[in-house]
Amino acid sequence: MDKTVNQKAWFLVLPVFLVVAFSAILPLMTVVNYSMQDTFGNNQFFWNGVGWFKELLDPSTDLGGRFLASLGRNLFFSAVILAIEVPLGIVIALSMPREGWSVAACLVILALPLLIPWNVVGTIWQIFGRPDIGLLGYVLNSIGINYNYVSNDIDAWVTVIVMDVWHWTSLVALLCYAGLKSIPDAYYQAAQIDGASRWAVFKAIQLPKMHRVLLIAVLLRFMDSFMIYTEPFVVTGGGPGNSTTFISIELVKIALGQFDLGKAAALSLVYNLIILIVCWVFYTVMTNAGAERPAKEGVA
Amino acid sequence: MHSIPGRRVVMALFLIFLLLPIYWLVNMSFKTNTEIVSTMTLWPHTPTLQHYKRIFIDESWYSGYIHSLEYVVINTIISISVALPAAYAFSRYRFLGDKHLFFWLLSNRMAPAAVYALPFFNLYSAIGLFDTPWAVALAHCIFNVPLAVWILEGFVSGVPREIDETAFLDGYSFPRFFIKILVPLIASGIGVAAFFCFMFSWVELLLARTLTSVDAKPIAAVMTRTVSAAGMDWGLLSAAGVLTIIPGALVIWFVRNYIARGFALGRV
Repeated sequence: MDKTVNQKAWFLVLPVFLVVAFSAILPLMTVVNYSMQDTFGNNQFFWNGVGWFKELLDPSTDLGGRFLASLGRNLFFSAVILAIEVPLGIVIALSMPREGWSVAACLVILALPLLIPWNVVGTIWQIFGRPDIGLLGYVLNSIGINYNYVSNDIDAWVTVIVMDVWHWTSLVALLCYAGLKSIPDAYYQAAQIDGASRWAVFKAIQLPKMHRVLLIAVLLRFMDSFMIYTEPFVVTGGGPGNSTTFISIELVKIALGQFDLGKAAALSLVYNLIILIVCWVFYTVMTNAGAERPAKEGVA
Repeated sequence: MHSIPGRRVVMALFLIFLLLPIYWLVNMSFKTNTEIVSTMTLWPHTPTLQHYKRIFIDESWYSGYIHSLEYVVINTIISISVALPAAYAFSRYRFLGDKHLFFWLLSNRMAPAAVYALPFFNLYSAIGLFDTPWAVALAHCIFNVPLAVWILEGFVSGVPREIDETAFLDGYSFPRFFIKILVPLIASGIGVAAFFCFMFSWVELLLARTLTSVDAKPIAAVMTRTVSAAGMDWGLLSAAGVLTIIPGALVIWFVRNYIARGFALGRV
Protein backbone atom coordinates (compact mmCIF):
# COMPACT_ATOMS: atom_id res chain seq x y z
CA MET A 1 0.00 0.00 0.00
CA ASP A 2 1.23 3.50 -0.72
CA LYS A 3 -0.31 5.22 2.28
CA THR A 4 2.14 7.18 4.39
CA VAL A 5 2.13 7.05 8.16
CA ASN A 6 1.13 10.44 9.51
CA GLN A 7 -0.24 10.81 13.01
CA LYS A 8 -1.30 14.38 12.27
CA ALA A 9 -4.10 12.89 10.18
CA TRP A 10 -5.92 12.57 13.48
CA PHE A 11 -6.59 16.30 13.31
CA LEU A 12 -8.52 15.75 10.09
CA VAL A 13 -10.52 12.94 11.62
CA LEU A 14 -11.16 14.76 14.87
CA PRO A 15 -14.37 16.59 13.81
CA VAL A 16 -15.95 13.31 12.68
CA PHE A 17 -14.81 11.64 15.85
CA LEU A 18 -16.30 14.39 18.03
CA VAL A 19 -19.63 14.56 16.21
CA VAL A 20 -20.16 10.80 16.21
CA ALA A 21 -18.84 10.35 19.74
CA PHE A 22 -21.28 12.99 20.96
CA SER A 23 -24.14 11.06 19.38
CA ALA A 24 -22.87 7.58 20.09
CA ILE A 25 -20.73 7.34 23.20
CA LEU A 26 -22.60 9.68 25.56
CA PRO A 27 -26.00 8.04 24.95
CA LEU A 28 -24.44 4.60 25.17
CA MET A 29 -23.04 5.46 28.61
CA THR A 30 -26.56 6.43 29.69
CA VAL A 31 -27.82 3.08 28.45
CA VAL A 32 -25.12 1.18 30.35
CA ASN A 33 -25.98 3.19 33.44
CA TYR A 34 -29.71 2.45 33.17
CA SER A 35 -29.18 -1.21 32.45
CA MET A 36 -27.84 -1.76 35.97
CA GLN A 37 -30.67 0.00 37.77
CA ASP A 38 -34.36 -0.19 38.44
CA THR A 39 -36.68 2.76 38.51
CA PHE A 40 -39.99 3.32 40.27
CA GLY A 41 -40.72 6.69 38.73
CA ASN A 42 -39.98 10.02 40.39
CA ASN A 43 -36.45 9.64 39.11
CA GLN A 44 -35.61 7.26 41.92
CA PHE A 45 -33.12 4.65 40.87
CA PHE A 46 -32.06 1.45 42.58
CA TRP A 47 -29.03 -0.66 41.91
CA ASN A 48 -29.91 -3.89 40.16
CA GLY A 49 -26.53 -5.17 39.01
CA VAL A 50 -26.77 -7.69 36.22
CA GLY A 51 -30.33 -8.62 37.19
CA TRP A 52 -31.90 -7.38 33.96
CA PHE A 53 -29.36 -9.23 31.84
CA LYS A 54 -30.07 -12.47 33.71
CA GLU A 55 -33.78 -11.99 33.19
CA LEU A 56 -33.26 -11.10 29.54
CA LEU A 57 -31.32 -14.24 28.73
CA ASP A 58 -33.66 -16.53 30.65
CA PRO A 59 -36.59 -17.42 28.36
CA SER A 60 -38.80 -18.52 31.28
CA THR A 61 -39.24 -14.93 32.49
CA ASP A 62 -41.58 -12.45 30.84
CA LEU A 63 -38.79 -10.23 29.54
CA GLY A 64 -36.61 -13.11 28.36
CA GLY A 65 -39.55 -14.76 26.62
CA ARG A 66 -40.49 -11.60 24.79
CA PHE A 67 -36.88 -10.98 23.77
CA LEU A 68 -36.39 -14.48 22.47
CA ALA A 69 -39.68 -14.45 20.57
CA SER A 70 -39.01 -11.10 18.91
CA LEU A 71 -35.41 -12.11 18.13
CA GLY A 72 -36.68 -15.26 16.45
CA ARG A 73 -39.27 -13.34 14.45
CA ASN A 74 -36.63 -10.81 13.41
CA LEU A 75 -34.11 -13.44 12.28
CA PHE A 76 -36.82 -15.26 10.32
CA PHE A 77 -37.88 -11.98 8.72
CA SER A 78 -34.30 -11.09 7.75
CA ALA A 79 -33.72 -14.55 6.29
CA VAL A 80 -36.90 -14.43 4.21
CA ILE A 81 -36.34 -10.97 2.77
CA LEU A 82 -32.67 -11.73 1.98
CA ALA A 83 -33.72 -14.93 0.22
CA ILE A 84 -36.19 -12.95 -1.91
CA GLU A 85 -34.46 -9.61 -2.42
CA VAL A 86 -30.95 -10.75 -3.33
CA PRO A 87 -31.87 -13.09 -6.23
CA LEU A 88 -34.63 -10.73 -7.38
CA GLY A 89 -32.25 -7.76 -7.23
CA ILE A 90 -29.73 -9.63 -9.39
CA VAL A 91 -32.41 -10.53 -11.94
CA ILE A 92 -33.60 -6.91 -12.08
CA ALA A 93 -30.04 -5.64 -12.51
CA LEU A 94 -29.49 -8.12 -15.36
CA SER A 95 -32.77 -6.99 -16.94
CA MET A 96 -31.77 -3.32 -17.06
CA PRO A 97 -31.89 -1.88 -20.58
CA ARG A 98 -28.43 -1.27 -22.05
CA GLU A 99 -28.83 2.25 -23.40
CA GLY A 100 -31.22 5.01 -24.37
CA TRP A 101 -33.71 7.06 -22.39
CA SER A 102 -35.19 3.95 -20.83
CA VAL A 103 -32.06 3.52 -18.66
CA ALA A 104 -32.66 6.84 -16.89
CA ALA A 105 -36.39 6.14 -16.63
CA CYS A 106 -35.79 2.72 -15.05
CA LEU A 107 -33.19 4.11 -12.63
CA VAL A 108 -35.51 6.89 -11.47
CA ILE A 109 -38.48 4.56 -10.92
CA LEU A 110 -36.26 2.01 -9.18
CA ALA A 111 -34.85 4.63 -6.82
CA LEU A 112 -38.26 6.11 -6.03
CA PRO A 113 -39.27 3.75 -3.16
CA LEU A 114 -35.90 4.36 -1.49
CA LEU A 115 -36.66 8.06 -1.02
CA ILE A 116 -40.12 7.72 0.45
CA PRO A 117 -40.17 8.35 4.22
CA TRP A 118 -40.52 5.05 6.02
CA ASN A 119 -43.78 5.90 7.71
CA VAL A 120 -45.24 6.85 4.32
CA VAL A 121 -44.12 3.47 2.98
CA GLY A 122 -46.13 2.01 5.84
CA THR A 123 -49.08 4.26 5.04
CA ILE A 124 -48.99 3.36 1.34
CA TRP A 125 -49.20 -0.36 2.11
CA GLN A 126 -51.69 0.15 4.90
CA ILE A 127 -54.03 1.76 2.40
CA PHE A 128 -53.11 -0.52 -0.53
CA GLY A 129 -53.77 -3.68 1.47
CA ARG A 130 -57.04 -2.77 3.17
CA PRO A 131 -59.90 -5.00 2.03
CA ASP A 132 -62.38 -2.10 1.99
CA ILE A 133 -60.45 0.74 0.33
CA GLY A 134 -57.18 -0.75 -0.94
CA LEU A 135 -56.66 -2.07 -4.44
CA LEU A 136 -54.68 -5.14 -3.33
CA GLY A 137 -56.97 -6.14 -0.50
CA TYR A 138 -60.08 -5.54 -2.59
CA VAL A 139 -58.84 -7.53 -5.59
CA LEU A 140 -57.63 -10.44 -3.46
CA ASN A 141 -60.93 -10.63 -1.60
CA SER A 142 -63.04 -10.36 -4.71
CA ILE A 143 -61.24 -13.28 -6.36
CA GLY A 144 -62.05 -15.34 -3.32
CA ILE A 145 -58.89 -15.11 -1.22
CA ASN A 146 -59.81 -14.13 2.29
CA TYR A 147 -57.12 -11.56 2.98
CA ASN A 148 -57.03 -9.26 5.98
CA TYR A 149 -53.72 -8.15 7.45
CA VAL A 150 -55.36 -6.70 10.55
CA SER A 151 -56.74 -9.94 11.88
CA ASN A 152 -54.78 -12.76 10.25
CA ASP A 153 -51.19 -13.51 11.32
CA ILE A 154 -50.09 -14.97 8.00
CA ASP A 155 -51.61 -12.14 5.98
CA ALA A 156 -49.85 -9.62 8.23
CA TRP A 157 -46.53 -11.38 7.66
CA VAL A 158 -47.04 -11.58 3.90
CA THR A 159 -47.90 -7.88 3.81
CA VAL A 160 -44.82 -6.88 5.80
CA ILE A 161 -42.55 -9.04 3.62
CA VAL A 162 -44.03 -7.87 0.31
CA MET A 163 -43.76 -4.30 1.55
CA ASP A 164 -40.09 -4.77 2.34
CA VAL A 165 -39.45 -6.36 -1.05
CA TRP A 166 -41.21 -3.40 -2.65
CA HIS A 167 -39.21 -0.94 -0.58
CA TRP A 168 -35.68 -2.33 -0.73
CA THR A 169 -35.18 -4.67 -3.70
CA SER A 170 -34.23 -1.58 -5.71
CA LEU A 171 -31.22 -1.02 -3.47
CA VAL A 172 -29.87 -4.49 -4.23
CA ALA A 173 -30.69 -4.02 -7.91
CA LEU A 174 -28.92 -0.64 -8.11
CA LEU A 175 -25.84 -1.99 -6.34
CA CYS A 176 -25.67 -4.99 -8.69
CA TYR A 177 -26.24 -2.74 -11.67
CA ALA A 178 -23.27 -0.63 -10.56
CA GLY A 179 -21.16 -3.80 -10.39
CA LEU A 180 -22.30 -4.92 -13.85
CA LYS A 181 -21.54 -1.52 -15.36
CA SER A 182 -17.87 -1.95 -14.45
CA ILE A 183 -17.50 -4.99 -16.76
CA PRO A 184 -15.71 -4.03 -19.98
CA ASP A 185 -17.41 -5.03 -23.25
CA ALA A 186 -14.35 -7.03 -24.24
CA TYR A 187 -15.26 -9.68 -21.65
CA TYR A 188 -18.61 -10.31 -23.33
CA GLN A 189 -17.03 -10.40 -26.78
CA ALA A 190 -14.50 -12.95 -25.58
CA ALA A 191 -17.31 -15.03 -24.09
CA GLN A 192 -19.20 -14.87 -27.38
CA ILE A 193 -16.18 -16.07 -29.32
CA ASP A 194 -15.80 -18.94 -26.88
CA GLY A 195 -19.46 -19.76 -27.44
CA ALA A 196 -20.28 -19.45 -23.76
CA SER A 197 -23.87 -20.01 -22.70
CA ARG A 198 -25.91 -17.32 -20.94
CA TRP A 199 -25.49 -19.18 -17.65
CA ALA A 200 -21.72 -19.52 -18.14
CA VAL A 201 -21.43 -15.78 -18.79
CA PHE A 202 -23.36 -15.10 -15.61
CA LYS A 203 -21.30 -17.52 -13.52
CA ALA A 204 -17.85 -16.73 -14.87
CA ILE A 205 -18.08 -13.00 -15.61
CA GLN A 206 -21.04 -11.25 -14.05
CA LEU A 207 -21.26 -12.92 -10.64
CA PRO A 208 -17.56 -12.48 -9.74
CA LYS A 209 -17.82 -8.79 -10.67
CA MET A 210 -20.85 -8.36 -8.45
CA HIS A 211 -19.21 -10.18 -5.57
CA ARG A 212 -18.19 -7.09 -3.59
CA VAL A 213 -21.32 -5.05 -4.16
CA LEU A 214 -23.39 -8.10 -3.26
CA LEU A 215 -21.59 -8.35 0.07
CA ILE A 216 -22.42 -4.71 0.74
CA ALA A 217 -26.02 -5.30 -0.31
CA VAL A 218 -26.39 -8.29 1.99
CA LEU A 219 -24.78 -6.39 4.87
CA LEU A 220 -27.01 -3.34 4.45
CA ARG A 221 -30.16 -5.37 3.94
CA PHE A 222 -29.45 -7.62 6.92
CA MET A 223 -28.73 -4.69 9.22
CA ASP A 224 -31.66 -2.59 8.12
CA SER A 225 -34.09 -5.49 8.29
CA PHE A 226 -32.72 -6.43 11.69
CA MET A 227 -33.52 -2.99 13.05
CA ILE A 228 -36.75 -2.47 11.12
CA TYR A 229 -39.26 -0.45 13.07
CA THR A 230 -41.33 2.16 11.29
CA GLU A 231 -42.88 0.28 8.37
CA PRO A 232 -44.36 -2.71 10.24
CA PHE A 233 -45.27 -0.41 13.12
CA VAL A 234 -47.40 1.75 10.84
CA VAL A 235 -49.00 -1.16 9.00
CA THR A 236 -49.65 -3.71 11.73
CA GLY A 237 -48.56 -1.98 14.95
CA GLY A 238 -46.77 -5.23 15.79
CA GLY A 239 -49.99 -7.22 15.61
CA PRO A 240 -52.24 -9.08 15.27
CA GLY A 241 -51.37 -10.00 18.84
CA ASN A 242 -47.59 -9.96 18.86
CA SER A 243 -47.11 -11.77 15.57
CA THR A 244 -45.15 -9.00 13.80
CA THR A 245 -43.47 -7.47 16.87
CA PHE A 246 -39.81 -7.22 15.91
CA ILE A 247 -37.01 -6.37 18.36
CA SER A 248 -37.10 -2.62 17.76
CA ILE A 249 -40.86 -2.51 18.25
CA GLU A 250 -40.55 -4.51 21.47
CA LEU A 251 -37.77 -2.21 22.63
CA VAL A 252 -39.69 1.00 22.01
CA LYS A 253 -42.73 -0.54 23.72
CA ILE A 254 -40.68 -1.28 26.84
CA ALA A 255 -38.70 1.97 26.84
CA LEU A 256 -41.20 4.64 25.81
CA GLY A 257 -44.44 2.77 26.44
CA GLN A 258 -43.89 1.20 29.85
CA PHE A 259 -40.94 3.45 30.74
CA ASP A 260 -39.09 0.40 32.05
CA LEU A 261 -35.71 2.00 31.55
CA GLY A 262 -33.60 -0.76 33.11
CA LYS A 263 -35.13 -3.55 31.04
CA ALA A 264 -35.02 -1.48 27.87
CA ALA A 265 -31.39 -0.56 28.41
CA ALA A 266 -30.34 -4.15 28.98
CA LEU A 267 -32.21 -5.18 25.84
CA SER A 268 -30.55 -2.33 23.92
CA LEU A 269 -27.08 -3.46 24.90
CA VAL A 270 -27.63 -7.08 23.92
CA TYR A 271 -29.28 -5.94 20.67
CA ASN A 272 -26.34 -3.66 19.88
CA LEU A 273 -23.86 -6.40 20.68
CA ILE A 274 -25.50 -8.79 18.20
CA ILE A 275 -25.37 -6.11 15.51
CA LEU A 276 -21.74 -5.29 16.32
CA ILE A 277 -20.70 -8.93 15.99
CA VAL A 278 -22.48 -9.45 12.68
CA CYS A 279 -21.10 -6.15 11.41
CA TRP A 280 -17.57 -7.17 12.37
CA VAL A 281 -17.86 -10.51 10.57
CA PHE A 282 -19.05 -8.78 7.39
CA TYR A 283 -16.39 -6.08 7.67
CA THR A 284 -13.63 -8.68 7.97
CA VAL A 285 -14.97 -10.66 5.02
CA MET A 286 -15.31 -7.47 3.00
CA THR A 287 -11.81 -6.12 3.66
CA ASN A 288 -10.33 -9.55 2.95
CA ALA A 289 -12.24 -9.75 -0.32
CA GLY A 290 -10.91 -6.30 -1.17
CA ALA A 291 -7.31 -7.23 -0.33
CA GLU A 292 -7.36 -10.31 -2.54
CA ARG A 293 -8.06 -8.31 -5.68
CA PRO A 294 -5.77 -5.69 -7.18
CA ALA A 295 -7.10 -2.21 -6.55
CA LYS A 296 -7.51 -1.29 -10.21
CA GLU A 297 -9.86 -4.17 -10.83
CA GLY A 298 -12.31 -3.57 -8.07
CA VAL A 299 -13.83 -0.12 -8.58
CA ALA A 300 -17.08 -1.49 -7.34
CA MET B 1 -24.62 -9.20 -25.86
CA HIS B 2 -27.76 -10.31 -27.68
CA SER B 3 -30.93 -9.24 -26.01
CA ILE B 4 -33.30 -11.71 -24.45
CA PRO B 5 -37.00 -10.90 -24.84
CA GLY B 6 -37.72 -12.03 -21.29
CA ARG B 7 -35.64 -9.19 -19.92
CA ARG B 8 -38.05 -6.47 -20.90
CA VAL B 9 -40.98 -8.38 -19.49
CA VAL B 10 -39.25 -8.91 -16.13
CA MET B 11 -38.31 -5.24 -15.92
CA ALA B 12 -41.78 -4.06 -16.91
CA LEU B 13 -43.47 -6.34 -14.39
CA PHE B 14 -41.19 -5.15 -11.60
CA LEU B 15 -41.72 -1.49 -12.45
CA ILE B 16 -45.50 -2.04 -12.44
CA PHE B 17 -45.15 -3.69 -9.04
CA LEU B 18 -43.25 -0.63 -7.79
CA LEU B 19 -45.67 1.88 -9.24
CA LEU B 20 -49.02 0.27 -8.37
CA PRO B 21 -49.08 1.21 -4.66
CA ILE B 22 -47.90 4.74 -5.49
CA TYR B 23 -50.61 5.07 -8.15
CA TRP B 24 -53.18 4.01 -5.58
CA LEU B 25 -51.94 6.64 -3.09
CA VAL B 26 -52.14 9.39 -5.72
CA ASN B 27 -55.57 8.13 -6.75
CA MET B 28 -56.82 8.29 -3.15
CA SER B 29 -55.44 11.76 -2.60
CA PHE B 30 -57.72 13.22 -5.30
CA LYS B 31 -60.88 11.51 -4.06
CA THR B 32 -63.37 12.83 -1.56
CA ASN B 33 -63.62 10.83 1.63
CA THR B 34 -67.17 9.77 0.78
CA GLU B 35 -65.96 8.30 -2.50
CA ILE B 36 -63.09 6.50 -0.78
CA VAL B 37 -65.33 4.82 1.77
CA SER B 38 -68.39 4.15 -0.36
CA THR B 39 -67.14 2.81 -3.70
CA MET B 40 -64.16 1.15 -5.29
CA THR B 41 -63.03 3.32 -8.20
CA LEU B 42 -59.86 3.08 -10.23
CA TRP B 43 -59.74 6.83 -10.80
CA PRO B 44 -61.39 9.69 -8.92
CA HIS B 45 -64.91 10.17 -10.32
CA THR B 46 -65.39 13.42 -8.46
CA PRO B 47 -61.81 14.72 -8.39
CA THR B 48 -61.10 17.19 -5.64
CA LEU B 49 -58.16 19.26 -4.46
CA GLN B 50 -59.61 19.78 -0.98
CA HIS B 51 -56.97 17.65 0.77
CA TYR B 52 -54.06 19.46 -0.86
CA LYS B 53 -55.72 22.79 -0.20
CA ARG B 54 -56.02 22.00 3.48
CA ILE B 55 -52.34 21.08 3.75
CA PHE B 56 -51.23 24.30 2.06
CA ILE B 57 -53.54 26.51 4.14
CA ASP B 58 -53.26 24.94 7.59
CA GLU B 59 -50.03 26.05 9.20
CA SER B 60 -49.68 22.97 11.41
CA TRP B 61 -49.56 20.93 8.18
CA TYR B 62 -47.25 22.86 5.92
CA SER B 63 -44.88 23.78 8.77
CA GLY B 64 -44.23 20.05 9.13
CA TYR B 65 -42.65 20.02 5.67
CA ILE B 66 -40.57 23.08 6.50
CA HIS B 67 -39.32 21.50 9.75
CA SER B 68 -38.40 18.28 7.96
CA LEU B 69 -36.51 20.13 5.23
CA GLU B 70 -34.75 22.26 7.87
CA TYR B 71 -33.16 19.39 9.74
CA VAL B 72 -32.42 17.45 6.56
CA VAL B 73 -30.48 20.41 5.13
CA ILE B 74 -28.63 21.13 8.40
CA ASN B 75 -27.74 17.48 8.73
CA THR B 76 -26.47 17.22 5.14
CA ILE B 77 -24.27 20.30 5.58
CA ILE B 78 -22.80 19.10 8.89
CA SER B 79 -22.25 15.56 7.61
CA ILE B 80 -20.47 16.58 4.43
CA SER B 81 -18.29 19.25 6.02
CA VAL B 82 -16.96 17.02 8.81
CA ALA B 83 -16.70 13.98 6.58
CA LEU B 84 -14.57 15.65 3.86
CA PRO B 85 -11.32 16.06 5.83
CA ALA B 86 -11.79 12.66 7.46
CA ALA B 87 -12.31 10.99 4.08
CA TYR B 88 -9.07 12.59 2.90
CA ALA B 89 -7.23 11.35 5.99
CA PHE B 90 -8.55 7.79 5.63
CA SER B 91 -7.70 7.74 1.95
CA ARG B 92 -4.16 9.14 2.15
CA TYR B 93 -2.67 8.38 5.53
CA ARG B 94 -2.03 5.64 8.02
CA PHE B 95 -2.41 6.65 11.62
CA LEU B 96 -2.79 5.11 15.03
CA GLY B 97 -6.08 3.23 15.23
CA ASP B 98 -7.27 4.12 11.72
CA LYS B 99 -8.83 0.74 10.97
CA HIS B 100 -10.51 0.50 14.35
CA LEU B 101 -11.87 4.00 13.96
CA PHE B 102 -13.24 3.20 10.52
CA PHE B 103 -14.96 0.08 11.82
CA TRP B 104 -16.35 1.97 14.79
CA LEU B 105 -17.80 4.58 12.42
CA LEU B 106 -19.29 1.89 10.22
CA SER B 107 -20.82 0.11 13.21
CA ASN B 108 -22.65 3.31 14.11
CA ARG B 109 -24.29 3.31 10.70
CA MET B 110 -25.73 -0.05 11.68
CA ALA B 111 -26.87 0.84 15.19
CA PRO B 112 -30.63 0.54 15.60
CA ALA B 113 -32.34 3.90 16.07
CA ALA B 114 -34.63 2.35 18.66
CA VAL B 115 -31.64 1.87 21.00
CA TYR B 116 -30.82 5.55 20.89
CA ALA B 117 -34.31 7.02 21.04
CA LEU B 118 -34.51 7.33 24.81
CA PRO B 119 -30.91 8.35 25.61
CA PHE B 120 -31.08 10.97 22.84
CA PHE B 121 -34.25 12.32 24.39
CA ASN B 122 -32.44 12.72 27.73
CA LEU B 123 -29.27 14.12 26.19
CA TYR B 124 -30.91 16.76 24.02
CA SER B 125 -33.32 17.77 26.78
CA ALA B 126 -30.36 18.25 29.11
CA ILE B 127 -28.49 20.56 26.74
CA GLY B 128 -31.61 22.48 25.76
CA LEU B 129 -31.79 21.45 22.12
CA PHE B 130 -34.95 19.36 22.46
CA ASP B 131 -37.65 20.32 19.95
CA THR B 132 -35.28 22.18 17.63
CA PRO B 133 -34.19 21.10 14.15
CA TRP B 134 -30.62 20.99 15.48
CA ALA B 135 -31.42 18.09 17.78
CA VAL B 136 -32.71 15.95 14.91
CA ALA B 137 -29.91 17.07 12.60
CA LEU B 138 -27.25 16.12 15.15
CA ALA B 139 -28.97 12.85 15.99
CA HIS B 140 -29.10 11.87 12.32
CA CYS B 141 -25.34 12.46 12.11
CA ILE B 142 -24.87 9.15 13.88
CA PHE B 143 -25.68 7.26 10.69
CA ASN B 144 -25.07 9.90 8.02
CA VAL B 145 -21.53 10.96 8.98
CA PRO B 146 -20.14 7.39 8.73
CA LEU B 147 -21.95 6.95 5.43
CA ALA B 148 -20.57 10.21 4.05
CA VAL B 149 -17.04 9.27 5.15
CA TRP B 150 -17.42 5.90 3.47
CA ILE B 151 -18.65 7.34 0.17
CA LEU B 152 -16.21 10.27 0.04
CA GLU B 153 -13.25 8.06 0.91
CA GLY B 154 -13.93 6.15 -2.31
CA PHE B 155 -14.01 9.34 -4.35
CA VAL B 156 -10.86 10.85 -2.77
CA SER B 157 -9.01 7.59 -3.46
CA GLY B 158 -9.91 8.08 -7.11
CA VAL B 159 -7.84 11.31 -7.21
CA PRO B 160 -4.18 10.54 -8.00
CA ARG B 161 -1.71 11.38 -5.23
CA GLU B 162 0.48 13.25 -7.70
CA ILE B 163 -2.06 16.06 -7.74
CA ASP B 164 -1.62 16.62 -3.97
CA GLU B 165 2.15 16.54 -4.29
CA THR B 166 2.24 18.97 -7.21
CA ALA B 167 -0.03 21.38 -5.38
CA PHE B 168 2.12 21.33 -2.26
CA LEU B 169 5.27 21.86 -4.38
CA ASP B 170 3.56 24.85 -5.95
CA GLY B 171 3.28 26.32 -2.48
CA TYR B 172 -0.39 25.65 -1.75
CA SER B 173 -1.17 25.53 1.96
CA PHE B 174 -3.25 22.55 3.08
CA PRO B 175 -6.56 24.42 3.51
CA ARG B 176 -6.11 26.20 0.20
CA PHE B 177 -5.28 22.97 -1.62
CA PHE B 178 -8.31 21.38 -0.06
CA ILE B 179 -10.80 24.06 -1.10
CA LYS B 180 -9.29 25.12 -4.43
CA ILE B 181 -8.19 21.78 -5.84
CA LEU B 182 -9.56 18.73 -4.05
CA VAL B 183 -13.18 19.83 -3.55
CA PRO B 184 -13.74 20.75 -7.23
CA LEU B 185 -12.15 17.45 -8.29
CA ILE B 186 -14.55 15.35 -6.25
CA ALA B 187 -17.59 17.58 -6.77
CA SER B 188 -19.69 14.73 -8.16
CA GLY B 189 -18.72 12.60 -5.16
CA ILE B 190 -19.86 15.34 -2.82
CA GLY B 191 -23.13 15.43 -4.74
CA VAL B 192 -23.59 11.68 -4.34
CA ALA B 193 -22.75 11.80 -0.63
CA ALA B 194 -25.16 14.70 -0.14
CA PHE B 195 -27.82 12.71 -1.97
CA PHE B 196 -27.44 9.78 0.40
CA CYS B 197 -27.38 12.03 3.48
CA PHE B 198 -30.52 13.77 2.27
CA MET B 199 -32.17 10.43 1.58
CA PHE B 200 -31.50 8.79 4.93
CA SER B 201 -32.31 11.89 6.96
CA TRP B 202 -35.52 12.47 5.00
CA VAL B 203 -36.88 8.95 5.44
CA GLU B 204 -36.06 8.50 9.14
CA LEU B 205 -38.96 8.89 11.54
CA LEU B 206 -38.31 7.32 14.93
CA LEU B 207 -35.57 9.72 16.10
CA ALA B 208 -37.16 12.73 14.42
CA ARG B 209 -40.42 12.05 16.23
CA THR B 210 -38.84 11.36 19.60
CA LEU B 211 -36.72 14.51 19.62
CA THR B 212 -39.47 17.00 18.74
CA SER B 213 -42.81 17.95 20.20
CA VAL B 214 -44.30 21.15 18.79
CA ASP B 215 -41.89 23.66 17.30
CA ALA B 216 -39.87 21.32 15.12
CA LYS B 217 -42.38 18.54 14.50
CA PRO B 218 -41.52 16.75 11.22
CA ILE B 219 -44.19 16.06 8.61
CA ALA B 220 -43.99 12.35 9.36
CA ALA B 221 -45.20 13.02 12.89
CA VAL B 222 -47.89 15.46 11.78
CA MET B 223 -49.32 12.71 9.57
CA THR B 224 -50.26 10.63 12.61
CA ARG B 225 -52.85 13.30 13.44
CA THR B 226 -55.18 12.15 10.68
CA VAL B 227 -56.57 9.54 13.08
CA SER B 228 -59.51 11.18 14.81
CA ALA B 229 -62.67 10.20 16.61
CA ALA B 230 -64.50 10.22 13.28
CA GLY B 231 -62.12 7.60 11.89
CA MET B 232 -59.21 7.96 9.53
CA ASP B 233 -59.10 10.89 7.14
CA TRP B 234 -57.75 8.73 4.30
CA GLY B 235 -57.82 11.42 1.65
CA LEU B 236 -55.81 13.87 3.72
CA LEU B 237 -53.34 11.15 4.75
CA SER B 238 -52.83 10.19 1.08
CA ALA B 239 -52.33 13.78 -0.01
CA ALA B 240 -49.74 14.31 2.73
CA GLY B 241 -48.03 11.09 1.64
CA VAL B 242 -47.90 12.17 -1.99
CA LEU B 243 -46.33 15.48 -0.98
CA THR B 244 -43.55 13.67 0.95
CA ILE B 245 -42.65 11.69 -2.18
CA ILE B 246 -42.12 14.82 -4.29
CA PRO B 247 -38.83 16.11 -2.74
CA GLY B 248 -37.32 12.65 -3.11
CA ALA B 249 -38.47 12.35 -6.71
CA LEU B 250 -36.99 15.78 -7.52
CA VAL B 251 -33.64 14.86 -5.95
CA ILE B 252 -33.50 11.59 -7.91
CA TRP B 253 -34.26 13.42 -11.13
CA PHE B 254 -31.25 15.69 -10.58
CA VAL B 255 -28.81 12.89 -9.80
CA ARG B 256 -30.24 10.29 -12.22
CA ASN B 257 -27.06 10.17 -14.30
CA TYR B 258 -24.92 9.72 -11.21
CA ILE B 259 -26.97 7.10 -9.37
CA ALA B 260 -25.18 4.10 -10.84
CA ARG B 261 -21.79 5.78 -10.82
CA GLY B 262 -22.34 6.95 -7.26
CA PHE B 263 -23.18 3.47 -6.10
CA ALA B 264 -20.07 2.10 -7.80
CA LEU B 265 -17.49 4.64 -6.70
CA GLY B 266 -18.90 5.15 -3.27
CA ARG B 267 -19.15 1.39 -2.91
CA VAL B 268 -22.38 1.79 -1.01
